[in-house]
Amino acid sequence: MKKSYDVLIVGIGGQGTILASNVLGDACVIEGRHVRGAETHGMSQRGGSVETHIRIDGKFGSLIAPGSADLLIAFDMLEAVRYRHFLKDGGTMIVNREMIVPTSVFSAKLPVPQLDDVAAELKSGSAKVVLMNATDIAAKAGSPLAANIVLLGAASHELPLSVASLEEAVRRNVPQKTIAINEQAFALGREAL
Amino acid sequence: MAEERKKQYLLGNAAIAHACLEAGVDFVSGYPGTPSSEVVDTLRGVKDPWYYLEWSVNEKVAFENAIGASWCGCRSIVTMKHVGLNVAADPLMTSAYTGVKGGFVVLSADDPFAHSSQNEQDSRMYAKFAQIPCLDPKDVQQAHDMMADAWNISEKFALPVLFRPTTRICHSKSDVALGKENPSTRKGEFVRDPKQYVVIPAHTRPLHAILTKKQAEVAKYLVEAGYNSAVVRGERAVIAGGISAAYVEEILPEDISLITIGAYPIDVDWLAENVAKHTEVLVVEELMPIVEEAVRQVAGTVTVHGKLDGYLPHEGEFSTALVAKALQKAGYLKEDPFPPEKQPTAVAVRPPILCPGCLHRSVFYAMKKVFKDGVFPSDIGCYTLGLQMGAVDTTICMGASITVGSGIAHSCPETDVVSTIGDSTFLHTGVNGLINAVYNNTNQTVIILDNRITAMTGHQPNPNTGVTATGVESPKISLEELARACGVSFVESVDPYDLTDLLETLKAAKEKPGVKVIIAKQPCVIMNKRNGVKRSRYVVDADRCTKCGACIRYGCPALEIDENGAAVTTALCTGCGVCADICPAGALHRGGARQ
Repeated sequence: MKKSYDVLIVGIGGQGTILASNVLGDACVIEGRHVRGAETHGMSQRGGSVETHIRIDGKFGSLIAPGSADLLIAFDMLEAVRYRHFLKDGGTMIVNREMIVPTSVFSAKLPVPQLDDVAAELKSGSAKVVLMNATDIAAKAGSPLAANIVLLGAASHELPLSVASLEEAVRRNVPQKTIAINEQAFALGREAL
Repeated sequence: MAEERKKQYLLGNAAIAHACLEAGVDFVSGYPGTPSSEVVDTLRGVKDPWYYLEWSVNEKVAFENAIGASWCGCRSIVTMKHVGLNVAADPLMTSAYTGVKGGFVVLSADDPFAHSSQNEQDSRMYAKFAQIPCLDPKDVQQAHDMMADAWNISEKFALPVLFRPTTRICHSKSDVALGKENPSTRKGEFVRDPKQYVVIPAHTRPLHAILTKKQAEVAKYLVEAGYNSAVVRGERAVIAGGISAAYVEEILPEDISLITIGAYPIDVDWLAENVAKHTEVLVVEELMPIVEEAVRQVAGTVTVHGKLDGYLPHEGEFSTALVAKALQKAGYLKEDPFPPEKQPTAVAVRPPILCPGCLHRSVFYAMKKVFKDGVFPSDIGCYTLGLQMGAVDTTICMGASITVGSGIAHSCPETDVVSTIGDSTFLHTGVNGLINAVYNNTNQTVIILDNRITAMTGHQPNPNTGVTATGVESPKISLEELARACGVSFVESVDPYDLTDLLETLKAAKEKPGVKVIIAKQPCVIMNKRNGVKRSRYVVDADRCTKCGACIRYGCPALEIDENGAAVTTALCTGCGVCADICPAGALHRGGARQ
């Protein structure tokens, strides 16, 4: 069995999971390491739940087996709950303390999930759970849209990649006009942990 | 060597597109379909390309364009998803007989697990059916390398080559070593040769014999070229097809042999020889048991496991974890290398949903109001998500809403039939159904959901957009005139954000016999966002909201219920304003600046 460092990034279609995964992928290329990634396109993009797999030092398939991810990065707390069974025992999850309630909850008149209950649910397992207000931090950096980069900044303490290559990969992947904002977002995310 | 080349982190489809540039492609055509679309999308993003490129109206048209180019000596490619190959199956079958001149690659992307498809069919079957070579890569790097070589194979044997990536290749990313672009300077020339290109029976009979003769040579070459290979190192072997080889390699013990099938047809002698070196083999391949059937035919006394004896499923997508279970069952692995699966926590579903402000939602809402007991055949596109609103009763394939609707209308004359179809799908194969419906005196209402783009697959332009794939302006087709030319007398265009007018138009259609066409026009909201269109948000007047839930039932993702049970709008609101028309209390109104 050949081991890679497996990261699952989850969120809602349109939140920037693919951009975040591109940063990790490019950081691997910068360091001359193998990487495999799998992402959701098409039907699943329209506001649906999306998952992106990244296997750092991966040489084979791009899918992470349930129960074996080293790190879970979630842009939404409910999505963290949905995918946490992918995490290995004692793995780490870094979660944006934010929750978009699925429309299905209102249309089916289900009980509306509450932030504190979901947070408690996340903490009930064996994972090391980091909850952070990534959107607020991103706003301080200049744009709430940079929440994904804030989370990557926080994740940089865990990832087997150098900060320099992650920072370079951020610069390569964000729109030209927003490089300064995203550099700041990465730094603030890193400091927040 | 691959290792020395510059590496990039690339999507499988982008790597495949780059291989087209390396091979010096001259002609690119296709019809968008997940997971294939980004191949053409990547190629159309290239500045000042030397090649011709188009999005065609359907796969058959795209295929025939590309084979025409090949007959002029140009290297051509046509792209589609697996179900699109059904549409192109007619020319595919005969193109194997006529053969090709310039290399011709047919990319048909398969979707095991039907991530975004209506079935899980296996394109390798079509290659076998048509008797053409099929390339089935195991990972993104191999997809790139095989693609760069596909034109050589096509030219070597004068046959179309089917290239079959799966979703997990197309939408996987990897560090990929790329080669150099090789701009083509070829000039097309058609050399008349009716014996080759006019398939009257007298010509086709010898062409068939030539095709049959090519099969053994192709099979032999695919082994020589290394696409089909065997590493013998034990009494037992795994035989893996396509992407499954990558899953197997990750976990295979070192005393088990690995036979990899990356291309078809498989050389029977080579296969028999390698199977015979073992006492037992396990065949691992997604979808159809094509390799397994070939193995069973040559196995003799060697025990064969696979799909046909239940070691692996016929359906769905494989993964390393799933393959590990099969290896364990066969006794090739002592224990499962993966932890036992934990039960996922139940969380409210978050399926893909029509965007906030999407024109389709208001059409479906109005349709359900006016045609309470109607039947609603629909088609392939974003609007298939209208299923969640109870407004989609049937979906089989592109262009089948109006035709299925006709069958239902003729069978149930008392029922109102309202068919929905998108603009791109209407131009794909819907228009034929409309002609047929009028010609055969059907009673049905057809609503063309006109968002002016092929939205679901990533916003590719179509003849209704008024711009070609490469951004050149072109005459925008008039759906109204086209419908009239098909013989429809009731043709009305409506703004679906104007709910009152929409309801009135639907009621008028309901009153009339025959085929009625209503064209609901609003640009796709995602395109509006990209084009900088801004409408101020709607807000709820809390004093007026009676908590009746009418707006919530509309199902827009921008509407929520707050802790007091009252409706609120969120930042997702795009300002279409349909909810304000629905609210019986008049509690919703435009609320100023866009956030």
